Amino acid sequence: MTTETIEAPARPERPQRAYAALFRSPSGAVGLVIVAVLVVCAILAPYIAPHDPLVMAAGPRLEPPSLAHWMGTDQFGRDVLSRIIYGSRLTLMIGTIAVGISLSAGLLLGLVAGYASGWTERVLMRIVDVLFSFTEIVIALACIAILGVGLVNAMIAIGIASIPFYARVTHSIVLVEKNKPYFESAVAAGASHARLIFLHLLPNVIPTLIVIGTLGVSTAVLAAAGLSFLGLGAQPPQPEWGFMLSSSRDLISRAPWMMIFPGLAIAITVLGFNLLGDGVREVLDPRQRAR
Amino acid sequence: MSETLLEVRNLTVSFGRGAGRNVAVNGLSYELARGETLAIVGESGSGKSVSSLALLGLLPRQGAQVEGGQALFNGRDLLTLSDTERRKIRGDRIAMIFQEPMTSLTPVLRIGLQMTEALVEHKGMRQREADEKAREMLRLVELDDPPRRMRQFPHELSGGMRQRVMIAMAMALEPDILIADEPTTALDVTVQAQILDLMRGLKDSFGTAILLITHDMGVVAEMADRVVVMNHGVKVEEGEATALFAEPQAAYTRRLLAAVPRLGALSQSDAPRQVVEAGAPVGKTVLRADGLCKTFAGRGGLFSRGTATVAMSDVSFDLRAGETLALVGESGSGKSTSGRAVLRLIEVDEGQIDLEGTDLRRLGGAALRRARRGMQMVFQDPFASLNPRMNVGRLVAEPMTIHGIARGRDLEDRVVELLERVGLEADHTRRFPHEFSGGQRQRLCIARALGVGPKVIVADEPTSALDVSVQAQVLELMLELQQSLGLAYLFISHDMAVVEEMSHRVAVMREGRIVESGPRRAVLNNPRHPYTSALLAAVPKPDPTAVRGKIPPLDLEKLPMGPLSEVEPGHWVAT
Repeated sequence: MTTETIEAPARPERPQRAYAALFRSPSGAVGLVIVAVLVVCAILAPYIAPHDPLVMAAGPRLEPPSLAHWMGTDQFGRDVLSRIIYGSRLTLMIGTIAVGISLSAGLLLGLVAGYASGWTERVLMRIVDVLFSFTEIVIALACIAILGVGLVNAMIAIGIASIPFYARVTHSIVLVEKNKPYFESAVAAGASHARLIFLHLLPNVIPTLIVIGTLGVSTAVLAAAGLSFLGLGAQPPQPEWGFMLSSSRDLISRAPWMMIFPGLAIAITVLGFNLLGDGVREVLDPRQRAR
Repeated sequence: MSETLLEVRNLTVSFGRGAGRNVAVNGLSYELARGETLAIVGESGSGKSVSSLALLGLLPRQGAQVEGGQALFNGRDLLTLSDTERRKIRGDRIAMIFQEPMTSLTPVLRIGLQMTEALVEHKGMRQREADEKAREMLRLVELDDPPRRMRQFPHELSGGMRQRVMIAMAMALEPDILIADEPTTALDVTVQAQILDLMRGLKDSFGTAILLITHDMGVVAEMADRVVVMNHGVKVEEGEATALFAEPQAAYTRRLLAAVPRLGALSQSDAPRQVVEAGAPVGKTVLRADGLCKTFAGRGGLFSRGTATVAMSDVSFDLRAGETLALVGESGSGKSTSGRAVLRLIEVDEGQIDLEGTDLRRLGGAALRRARRGMQMVFQDPFASLNPRMNVGRLVAEPMTIHGIARGRDLEDRVVELLERVGLEADHTRRFPHEFSGGQRQRLCIARALGVGPKVIVADEPTSALDVSVQAQVLELMLELQQSLGLAYLFISHDMAVVEEMSHRVAVMREGRIVESGPRRAVLNNPRHPYTSALLAAVPKPDPTAVRGKIPPLDLEKLPMGPLSEVEPGHWVAT
């Protein structure tokens, strides 16, 4: 029997390729650097921060940026730079916990609804639709009203509020994948429900959700900052960026640095995660992979 | 020969730059004379489409570039024209029709508006005149009731009708050259025959030169005066169609022609070609489908019920070990639905499916999954039928893992054995599907299906997405596997020549019903149903000397679609 020429160049392992590709896209590289800096700050906070973020009167009160206090001090004499560095821990925590909750719950809902079809699908997706019809912040406020004020509760609230979004995205991807012949081929091979869901659907849903989740971190950070600003999230003396913003509100004309630097930190973090999300999308895009 | 209209010299087109540069067309030269049909033939990746897109400046802006050459048309080089000048020529002097009639009309605009747009733009006609011209063109392409068609939207027309509209649009401008890129590939064979007839007729009455780009040697033989054969971006042969088919010079052309399945090649034999010595004989019945019915409920609105579509109505057949039953029909005939129903990928409304004495419709859950071991499926699109995130080793192993046939070292050995069995290599197990070509992927699908030792394989158009030389190899592999393993194939296809090559028995389907069934030799040599005859007559023959008359239109309303009756032993026809 004649065999066609078999030529498929050896490729390096996949993860390696993914990182390399991430660095090749400029936005991905910038995003990756910003997020990496943030992670390093969070991990090494005690070693990099020049002062204790909580100790009052580390310097004179409301001191403008100087060599001793690069970003100045707040009304209690706490070092703003140190508070921002320690705040990165809370920010990352908010991002991961909130996205973790919404992603896992949304994924589960969407997968089950999309796979099951029929009544299960209709009921689940209508519930999601109802939740979707409220603004996320309203749901978050409702959750906080039930759970009580506090940063952890704020994270949970934000997580719950964006479940419908992830559920919908997952559901629509599942519907597309379920109609592809490879899925039918697995059914025809006699695959069990668990196998179909976890080996065939899940791996094809995950890449898109990684992209959306990365982008979602920035939304979560913003939402948490917003809740803290309203006094529903972080409580004093936690060095949370949104809370720092809100406590500087009255002093905006006397000590603008108290507002500028946490604001910048939030903005740059959000930008970083957005860029990273875009980069990841480019890397995971099948058309990119095909090259 | 009459005057030269278009002269392409040394056209070179490439994609990408630097190390990734890929030359798609390399030094292509040809001439097109007024009023002739020149076919550019080649398999996928031969550069046949790219070369003609380059003429009209339709190459993707990113990545593709014309590296050199000239395309002289009326003394001007098309390749160096400015965008504005080129736009004037495009549509006016040179028109193009594309493969996909479903997407080449704008869905949101009425046919009339789309047709008159170019007339107003290029010919400076007033809307009234343009409307009149458009109606006349629709009449010329044999569409009924042109005024009504002009008011319709593209989705209201069938694929064949849309392609007629496309042709009418292109010809309305009375271009010197019509570039037709696979104009009939997406159409059913009977519709294809009509469209080809139409193009021939229009060419004669308008004196337009046609540049026909196709992979189908049958279409070439039927249409072309001269032929350019391309392979990997290079012209390998050029010549008069009759001479080229009779005595191909280049080795590639000979291989290509040899790979084309020819209807009638096996008309004197009952069984497919023997590729294995002492192959497994046709045995006892393994699969029996009885009275299958399936209606897809239309999606109704809030207050309406929606129209239901009958996909299968009283479909019955049986299949014996070592035998191939071909389900033949055009799109929408229910042949794919029947294949899926047999595997219970679709639940039927009524009927029985009996696999080796087990009624599959009674099984549920685990029992059904176990029963599926006896039947596997090979799909049409090898690019979508393999999970892109599993490597080849896992893909091939999966059905065996599911049914607990082998594990560990033993499983790996069996995977390697299967890969080698279908002509792939053992070290392919770590690769992912996207690293393989279409033909290789189809081999993977077959290997995957074979692992569990099925009795029946449902093959849904397994080669229609493949190039003909690859198709020939895959069909050969399937024959060899059948004859050495005694597999039964339910072979779903629209291609009569392939069906003849593969099958023992044939069932012709139309609108969800079997209209004729019986031994292949009887059905193909002596069709009793008018629809079967029409299908057979419409198949383009890869032989330019075979003159085919215009196919009489089939009166679809009057086709017998009733219950089957036996006209000779085993040969059943609808009454």
